[in-house]
Amino acid sequence: MSKRKININVEYLTRVEGHGNIVVNVREGKLEKCELQIVEAPRFFEGMICGRSIFEAQHITSRICGICSCGHTIASIQAAEEAIGFIPTKQTIQLRQFLLYMENLDSHILHIYFLVAPDLLGVKSFVPLIDSHNKIVRLALRMKKACNDVCDILVGRHIHPISAIVGGFTKLPREKDLDAMLNIFYDIRPDMDATVELAAGLKFPEFERDTEYVALVSDDAEYPMLVGDIGSSDGKRLDKNEYKKVANEFVVPHSSAKHAKWNRESYAVGALARFNLNFQKLHSKAREVASALNMKPKVINPYLNTVAQLIECVHFLEDGIRILEDFKKEGINYDEEIIIGLNEQNRIKVQSGTGIGAVEVPRGTLFHDYQVDEKGIIVKANCIIPTNQNVNNIEHDMEKLVPEILNKSDQDVTLALEMLVRAYDPCISCSAHFLNVKYVNR
Amino acid sequence: MNKPKVAFFDFACCEGCQLQVTNIGEMLLDLLGVIDVVEFREVMSEKWDGEYDIAIIEGSITTRHAIKMIEKIRKRSKILIAYGSCATIGGINGMKNNFKLDDIRKEVYGKDYKYFDTIKTRAVHQVVKVDYFVHGCPVYIPEFLKVIKAVLAGLPYQVPDYSVCVECKLNENVCMYDHGITCLGPITRAGCNSWCINNNNICYGCRGMVTNPNENGAKDIIAKYNIPMDLIINKMNMYNKCRELDEDKDEQKKD
Repeated sequence: MSKRKININVEYLTRVEGHGNIVVNVREGKLEKCELQIVEAPRFFEGMICGRSIFEAQHITSRICGICSCGHTIASIQAAEEAIGFIPTKQTIQLRQFLLYMENLDSHILHIYFLVAPDLLGVKSFVPLIDSHNKIVRLALRMKKACNDVCDILVGRHIHPISAIVGGFTKLPREKDLDAMLNIFYDIRPDMDATVELAAGLKFPEFERDTEYVALVSDDAEYPMLVGDIGSSDGKRLDKNEYKKVANEFVVPHSSAKHAKWNRESYAVGALARFNLNFQKLHSKAREVASALNMKPKVINPYLNTVAQLIECVHFLEDGIRILEDFKKEGINYDEEIIIGLNEQNRIKVQSGTGIGAVEVPRGTLFHDYQVDEKGIIVKANCIIPTNQNVNNIEHDMEKLVPEILNKSDQDVTLALEMLVRAYDPCISCSAHFLNVKYVNR
Repeated sequence: MNKPKVAFFDFACCEGCQLQVTNIGEMLLDLLGVIDVVEFREVMSEKWDGEYDIAIIEGSITTRHAIKMIEKIRKRSKILIAYGSCATIGGINGMKNNFKLDDIRKEVYGKDYKYFDTIKTRAVHQVVKVDYFVHGCPVYIPEFLKVIKAVLAGLPYQVPDYSVCVECKLNENVCMYDHGITCLGPITRAGCNSWCINNNNICYGCRGMVTNPNENGAKDIIAKYNIPMDLIINKMNMYNKCRELDEDKDEQKKD
């Protein structure tokens, strides 16, 4: 065993968003190198939006990522409104929370069914499943489309939403729209039940590493997605304005990517972090599902992030239905609809300042930070993406995992590592806006 | 007839246009019934080393490495489709060309900026020959399906070369200029069914400009509403900065 030699070089890891490589070297049974390299082409978003109107920030930064464009939209709007001193209405906040639910639900479904399930069923992608598990593939596509259809109604489309802007919404759902969204949700309840049943039959790899989990926390009863402080499973809590103290980046000699750590050597954000910190605030039905799946905080197996996502799906669906039913009862104030373009008519007052948006998106806590001048022109921008916060934690997981599975074949070790990275659902397009990218010579 | 081998590739982009494909629901299975997807890294681990009947390219070309890769893909592909604004017109990645490259690298990456190879953003057709274009940020699925049908039938697909206003009027929207707001609809290619204006937002020009925009009409509108020119230019450069490279072929060769 001590002579064990492994050279793993996974170029362009598949079934993740963006381009990343896994490099692991073991010599004489000793781990020499263990890296998740980010090789996405940098796109310079923070630079590109400087000099542009704050009213363009959402439109541009939502294009950082196609999967979580609604998440970027909301983080961007939150930061922008704080920077110019605009306070959104209660109705707007509720609708944004609902949009964030949709974003997370949609992304989780994609991740669970299309990116993770093929590994657990021993195939390379969902394509072979069309023949072997046709019903399941149809169910997954149906759920994906349901989320998409609800977003179409609410914000024009799911990818790069149209009507959610600084100041509120350009178009508010009519009575018939609320009914249509509710019907879609009622219809996918059985599909959600079926998904939970399926998950109960899946076997995830056994591996544990205790780490620090970080997510938004709050004092009210709501499962915090849109508003809160930054909380840690190690008991620390900071205002969102102090995000740089949490995601303090540092360079390590063995890796090219900038890493983040707070109170320990690394921390994790995402569904599992939220589950661990805010379990009690989940919808009762989601908590029931959690106990049926033997999930009880604190869960420290990173592969189970996928299960935490599933539990969250139940929460987003059920609490989403609650929000829509409340709107139906109380009605929507259509006077709040705003058509402002780039605010050429100064319908929204602008002042100089800085603002920070901190919201929970599918992969964890997302920060947008803008500074604007008195005309609302962006002077400085910074985005801290969940995947960047997770890269360091993923590498620490890999370092613990590899020695534990040295008795397996190279192929199995590679698969275990790929599955580990995939479990975090990394979004590499997002992360490559500020990560230190090393260009691997090919 | 064998099902055509189709591969998806992504360069600098958000991968949202590829994702649009998974949003068409169970209809995706019908599409997969007539094509054979052999590579699609975002959702598949399968790899293919033969010739591609159809290569679908998302994203803009922004590094030297990407130029080499797209040239290789072109050689292996019978038909190449530029898919989404980043690929068809450079899209928002083109905003980078508003800056000096070293300045923007330093702005984002500080003293380590030299690690980040980057060249002027190019649309795919500014590097290799493109057979079909699917414009939009993101692509409009009904149009994508039309293009795919045309490709499969061996027919050309004509991208509409009239303005978004044509579709917008048919949708009976109130003109954004009547709201006192500038909108790029009058100079932007139709084909999206005026998606954004239907939702009370403005057109940002994501599908690229019509080949023969009504300049006099635009000047009249700009004068009528007393709109500052720099505002309009700034807006046009959000998606359409790379058109400069179409006008000046020598620029395409430069970094």
